[in-house]
Amino acid sequence: MSATASSLVRVEQAHWGDRVYSWALRLIAALVPLLIVAIGVELYRGSQPSRVAFGWHFLSSSAWDPVFGHFGAWPYIYGTLLTTVLALLIAAPLGVGTALFLAEMAPLWLRAPLGYLIELLAAVPSVVYGLWGIFVLAPWLQNSLEPWLTAHFGFLPFFQGAPYGVGFLAAGLILAVMTVPFIVGVAREVIAAVPVSQREAAYALSATHWDAIWDVVLPSARSGILGGIMLGMGRALGETMAVTMVIGNRPTVSASLLAPGYTLSSVIANELTEAMTQLHLSALREIGLVLFGITLVVNILARLFVWRVTRGIGKVI
Amino acid sequence: MLELRLPKKTPPGAEQADPPGTAAELDPSLAAPAEDAPPAREVVRAHGINFFYGQHQVLFNVEVTAYEREILALIGPSGCGKSTFLRTLNRMNDTIPGARLEGEVLITGQNIYAPGTDVIGLRRRVGMIFQRSNPFPFSIAENVAYGLKVNGLAKKKGEQADVVERCLRATGLWDEVKDRLNKPALALSGGQQQRLCIARALAIEPEILLMDEPASALDPIATGRIEELALELKEKYTIVIVTHNLQQAARISDRTSFFLMGRLVESGRTQAMFTNPQRKETEDYITGRFG
Repeated sequence: MSATASSLVRVEQAHWGDRVYSWALRLIAALVPLLIVAIGVELYRGSQPSRVAFGWHFLSSSAWDPVFGHFGAWPYIYGTLLTTVLALLIAAPLGVGTALFLAEMAPLWLRAPLGYLIELLAAVPSVVYGLWGIFVLAPWLQNSLEPWLTAHFGFLPFFQGAPYGVGFLAAGLILAVMTVPFIVGVAREVIAAVPVSQREAAYALSATHWDAIWDVVLPSARSGILGGIMLGMGRALGETMAVTMVIGNRPTVSASLLAPGYTLSSVIANELTEAMTQLHLSALREIGLVLFGITLVVNILARLFVWRVTRGIGKVI
Repeated sequence: MLELRLPKKTPPGAEQADPPGTAAELDPSLAAPAEDAPPAREVVRAHGINFFYGQHQVLFNVEVTAYEREILALIGPSGCGKSTFLRTLNRMNDTIPGARLEGEVLITGQNIYAPGTDVIGLRRRVGMIFQRSNPFPFSIAENVAYGLKVNGLAKKKGEQADVVERCLRATGLWDEVKDRLNKPALALSGGQQQRLCIARALAIEPEILLMDEPASALDPIATGRIEELALELKEKYTIVIVTHNLQQAARISDRTSFFLMGRLVESGRTQAMFTNPQRKETEDYITGRFG
């Protein structure tokens, strides 16, 4: 009897320990979403004067005049979205192609060192990318690529105007370089995770290496690759330093990629220390709120998209 | 390209119906064929195969021959190299880094390891069924038609549908799936998936089918269906099947090759080998003393 009783007590104690442990973990896990909510609330409260003064017009207005107190975020929203799209258009094919090479074609001895080098791209501080952008990329764009683009593709609205070097194109290129390692890292893993049996099934039906990659490997890896691109997109949307250094910092809304521009994050970084009036400060906070909102919305949309395209094939592997 | 000119067909009435070379030595039953046995055409002939994974040798001087329209079973304990050997016949081992082969494999007289061999074309002639069914995450019809697609065959939609139906009928799947050809193949049962994989292999009209323990992951009823199917397919194809199920080998194969530790121990008519094995190791294995 006593033996049974004591073992029951032990079970009680174990339960008690489990409960503490479980609640502690719940608390810790809850902190992360709470932090996100707190940031959102704080940005919302801080932007109160600006929101009252401009309302929804803040999003569509191109005015930015600290002296007279007119503020609108449209050029910054435009710059952020344009540079991000540009970066992904370049980085997605580049990243997926690199990942395919690393996972499928590169000789074994080359895979690890090349993989490390690409991962290293993600470790380079963004200010270093900015310096490279200012001293190498922008002059090259101004003297070589941009004149060539206007000469041959000047009839397109994207390649019109004077070559400044700095601008949307420079920012997009820098962001592409910074985004590639994220895409490569994730895509390589998911490509390598496609089961050998699937590839062999294709080979046995006399598929070429390319057939197997295109028909079997990429469709199976699709959701993971999209995840990698999303990760890169998150980086591109919020990246501040390097973009600030090469985008030209002029609030322009222009179809031309050669024009200088501005992004949400750049304007905060540039003007926060100089903002004198309460309205200016709160306008910058509202810019932060907008960036926060865009990142949230884009990520949710991207997740929905991934969920939609992977329905039905998610259970394959 | 190296091409050995082997007699494609022994003339009728010839006294020796067995092909030249070591196959006859290793296969005593062939040296004394039944009087009215049709002359057999060598479809697969592996000669002096040594196979290495890096420094590790897994096949030692293997000699195996398969004749037209027969089922050749490769038996032996796990790790004896029978699957590796099977995969040398359509060069599936090419995809494994560090794999290396010595010797030659003649498919209807042509050495498939000769420099300049069209491996893609080879795999069109030598189909393969794997141990675990591996349908693509496409629809049933798309799975069967995949081989046509990558080979640029059957461009017209109608032709493709015909091939899909013919192959699904050949594997006995048609009546089970004809109403859901556009549904995902992965919704099928394990046995159905494996028969789908066989249908998929048939679509590009191979001459030889390699089966790597095709029923080992299936229940007895599904296994029975695969075995019946193999016997039906024998009418048109040469089948080389790896199995660790001795009853299966006895039930369906015409001839059997017994592998042990990477070496071929014995080849012969299945019936003869199971009733009267020539070698002690074979006897020990088929009577269940090891393996």
